Amino acid sequence: MGLLETLSFARPELALAIGAMALLITGVFLGDKAASKISISAVLLLAVAGVLVFVSPGGGATTSLFDGAFRIDAFSTFCKVLIYGAAAFAILMSDRYLAGEKLGRFEYPVLIVLAAFGMSLMVSATDLISLYMGVETQSLALYILAAFNRDSRRSTEAGLKYFVLGALSSCLLLYGASLVYGFTGSTVFTEIAKAAAVNQNNAGLVIGLVFMISGLAFKVSAAPFHMWTPDVYEGSPTPVTAFFAAAPKLAAMALFTRVLMSSFPGVVEDWRPVIALIALASMMVGAFSAIAQTNIKRLMAYSSIGHMGYALIGLAAGSASGVSSVLIYMAIYIVMTVGTFAVILMMRRRGGMTENISDLSGLSRTNMPMALILTVLLFSLAGVPPTAGFFGKWYVFLAAVDQGLIWLAVAGVVASAVSAFYYLRIIWFMWFDEPTPAFERDHGPALGLAAWGSAALMFPVLTIGMGYLRQIAETAAASLF
Amino acid sequence: MIGLGHYLSVAAILFAIGMAGIFLNRKNVIVILMSIELMLLAVNINFVAFSQFLGDLVGQVFAFMVLTVAAAEAAVGLAILVAFFRNRGDIAVDDASLMKN
Repeated sequence: MGLLETLSFARPELALAIGAMALLITGVFLGDKAASKISISAVLLLAVAGVLVFVSPGGGATTSLFDGAFRIDAFSTFCKVLIYGAAAFAILMSDRYLAGEKLGRFEYPVLIVLAAFGMSLMVSATDLISLYMGVETQSLALYILAAFNRDSRRSTEAGLKYFVLGALSSCLLLYGASLVYGFTGSTVFTEIAKAAAVNQNNAGLVIGLVFMISGLAFKVSAAPFHMWTPDVYEGSPTPVTAFFAAAPKLAAMALFTRVLMSSFPGVVEDWRPVIALIALASMMVGAFSAIAQTNIKRLMAYSSIGHMGYALIGLAAGSASGVSSVLIYMAIYIVMTVGTFAVILMMRRRGGMTENISDLSGLSRTNMPMALILTVLLFSLAGVPPTAGFFGKWYVFLAAVDQGLIWLAVAGVVASAVSAFYYLRIIWFMWFDEPTPAFERDHGPALGLAAWGSAALMFPVLTIGMGYLRQIAETAAASLF
Repeated sequence: MIGLGHYLSVAAILFAIGMAGIFLNRKNVIVILMSIELMLLAVNINFVAFSQFLGDLVGQVFAFMVLTVAAAEAAVGLAILVAFFRNRGDIAVDDASLMKN
């Protein structure tokens, strides 16, 4: 394949990279007064990239590019569509917030597009080098986004903490990658898989694998590598938190899945206990630490840690049905997270944003639609049937039981019962407590669309269309095997 | 005779020093940035040593990629640090504790 032909397969990524640079230059010339125009262009750019994913020259066939460093298959397509969608909503949902906080700068959409570009590389990476470049492209943009409110002590502190721990996790990942390269003699996933199957009990390889798992667990914020999450979520500007909770989680989880399933399929027994323990720890941290929280962004941080635990159960299963359950879980998780953060962004009073759970008291009497939306989303986060969140957990547990991980599935059920407590507590506040002053109703069309859309998807659209989502996820998972 | 094991040991020691620097240091955020650089360079020693041992150039290409990223990371890290310093007038690690459980 010639260079131009190869590049034509990577059109979505090229569009994002070139588009981001063009937007940046436009922004430099026009200044911050063009911020809203650049935001709209960035959303259009993400939409174009989303279309380009589907009109690839290979017609959707699995294609390996750049000497096996970059792969386009049903798995990467599935993830890219979700990532671009979440990124577009992160830009759309930000306008009122950023204007209100006097943060309407043109760098925000550009950084989101650059992060989406990095995530796009991550989900397509099939080589340790492209893996690392993807992770770093994404992370560098995210560090800046966390500190985006540079005049706020909280935001800069969040950025600093995210930077230090993110860089540490990249180092762990990289150290693991260097050992894996050294003991298998290649950086391409398929070659690593061949070498790993031959010398199974090589200590260097196992240490490298453990380092890589630690680094990736940091990126998906799974316990015991979750310490940064609550602080970063609380300190970052809320639209940025909404973005952090959605797209990067999916990208990192997809990368995690691809690394384990394509480069270490022969040593499943080596990594399964590690993943199972990480999943167990994350679910427990998510379930118990969230109970005492009073800030809703912190609560969502612990909630996301717990959700990563459930998704990792599917990965621990290590089977095709396990991978498809991870994809289903992450797709549902992204939609409900974006919706929940849209509601959090609507928590605005005359004086500014509020973030306390107690501010939601009596919401059903002051703002019925908002209370209804949040109730559906919280039921879905808790995994109550018949919302989509229930099906996500169901498939994950099913995949684990299929592989004999019954204890893990039982632990998952216990953890979701405990975590249901704090979700239901918020619902109780909203419906049965004394009302607090009403929130402002004027929140713009994007937030309304995100909140209504995701609540409708959680119940009843996806409840009915679950078979369809499952079919797509199974096709995507099959492309890894 | 200095073999692969010696290089790997040096890299492992440097990596451990870098990690200790991040967790033990309570005074200064700049030290953390230096520790991160140290860890990245330890990984580079690994890559170059393996590359030489395997007779495969990919490891050295990877080392160049890491060097480039390390430069970008230092730039972003220092920029965030400057923003942090402007808000606080101090870069002590213990001060970064506005948010607690």
